[in-house]
Amino acid sequence: MLLIHCPYCDETLPEAEFTYAGQAHVVRAQDPSSQDDGQWEDFLFMRENARGPHYERWRHFHGCGRFFNAVRDTVSDKFLTTYKAGDARPDLSSLLEGQE
Amino acid sequence: MTRFNAFTLLKNAVTGHKNWTEQWPDSQPKSEYDVIIVGAGGHGLGAAYYLASQHGITNVAVIDKGWLGGGNTGRNTTIIRSNYLYDESARLFDHAVDLWEGLSQELNYNVMYSRRGCLMLAHNVHDVQSFKRHIHANRLNGVDNRWLTTEECKDYCPPLNVSPNARYPVMGGALQERAGTARHDAVAWGYARGAAMRGVDIIQNCAVTAIRRNPDGSVAGVETEKGFIKAKKVAVSAAGHTSVVMQTAGVRLPLESYPLQALVSEPVKPIFPCVVMSNAVHAYISQSDKGELVIGSGTDQYTSYSQRGGLPLIEHTVAAITEVFPIFNRMRMLRKWGGIVDVTPDRSAILGKTPVEGLYVNCGWGTGGFKATPGAAHVFAWTIAKNEPHPINAPFTLDRFRTGRLIDEAAAAAVAH
Repeated sequence: MLLIHCPYCDETLPEAEFTYAGQAHVVRAQDPSSQDDGQWEDFLFMRENARGPHYERWRHFHGCGRFFNAVRDTVSDKFLTTYKAGDARPDLSSLLEGQE
Repeated sequence: MTRFNAFTLLKNAVTGHKNWTEQWPDSQPKSEYDVIIVGAGGHGLGAAYYLASQHGITNVAVIDKGWLGGGNTGRNTTIIRSNYLYDESARLFDHAVDLWEGLSQELNYNVMYSRRGCLMLAHNVHDVQSFKRHIHANRLNGVDNRWLTTEECKDYCPPLNVSPNARYPVMGGALQERAGTARHDAVAWGYARGAAMRGVDIIQNCAVTAIRRNPDGSVAGVETEKGFIKAKKVAVSAAGHTSVVMQTAGVRLPLESYPLQALVSEPVKPIFPCVVMSNAVHAYISQSDKGELVIGSGTDQYTSYSQRGGLPLIEHTVAAITEVFPIFNRMRMLRKWGGIVDVTPDRSAILGKTPVEGLYVNCGWGTGGFKATPGAAHVFAWTIAKNEPHPINAPFTLDRFRTGRLIDEAAAAAVAH
């Protein structure tokens, strides 16, 4: 079972309280009608599917109910960090340094 | 290689089974092939077999980072069925069932295809209505599927709890009698033997690290742990790792890789005659010929490459099974494992050509690729050999995610596998 830190509740809690919400930092275009089919394909369907550190969204469903972001290594399932929605994407190299 | 028959069995029995020859050599890579297939699971080995046996292309290598059949081929719950809702899917999966029926004879290898029927339980009015819709759609497509009442379900599967007081009462079920199970390892081994017999090289424990392209954009070959291997055509059939491999060729795929778990109980005497699936409580169960109950459900909620998955899902799965089959609530579970499945947004496979000349892909089978093994391998080999899709896999293109012609089994079909 994963233990996940909710940055809003500031508590580390079991996976069963959370729901996964896909890749983070996927931005919807400001002007949707200007997008061509290829750009819609990218936005709707194309995902990083990273093998290694992955920026993703989680929701503290059975807690505060809020969405937040996380960086998790998809090989070890280890969380490198979690941070509030709207915060800038943390720099990967500084996160990995802390791990070694 | 020895052909298996009663005579060779008898001959080897009297000599103490000491003279059996190896079924396929552990090949070392040559410097160049006509076709390289990445991934030695059932789909990849099957494609190599059909390339050699039906298209006369034998200068083929199947390369795997581990042992053949060690990925999802050896990790699934071996269910075979073809009762999919949409015309495209019904054709593809029914093509596979047609091939399953003659596969042991064709390969001269017993894949233990057992046509024991798959019963999908309806627990509420919505289930009843949607399953009946499926049955009608299936029958229009020539796929067998019929409705059973609660009593008929109990007759077909005696361990089933049909008490009206059950938390999820059984209101009937959809039965596909051609559905069943097969021995998953034997499928990989049978195809490997058949392919090797016709000159295909099977290269194990040699990870493909990158796909190389020529200056004109076409495929040049693959980089591996044992060096560069040149190839006219490269076909990727690497399940959960397909997007990682394809990215090295500059091809992005709409895939996400999730762990799918399964578990088996201690072996017991034959008690469970068929395959039962329940979408409402979300689990499926059958009994292997060894006697273990083979149990599975959905994927974990997060993407991962860990081949493990979390315990909460196992708890959910076992809870669902004991709800429908209280008879099993004292059974001890022996072991559980995970495989990494590649899931597409519309839950249908991507099977065909890619934007790169000479590069082909067979992926996106999500949680239900085993049942398609012979059918997918057969049309994939056709696509590789002729450089054009077979009519059966023609709708399963990569560009459907741009054109919008999705095959949306996710929303409308019975998606528990």
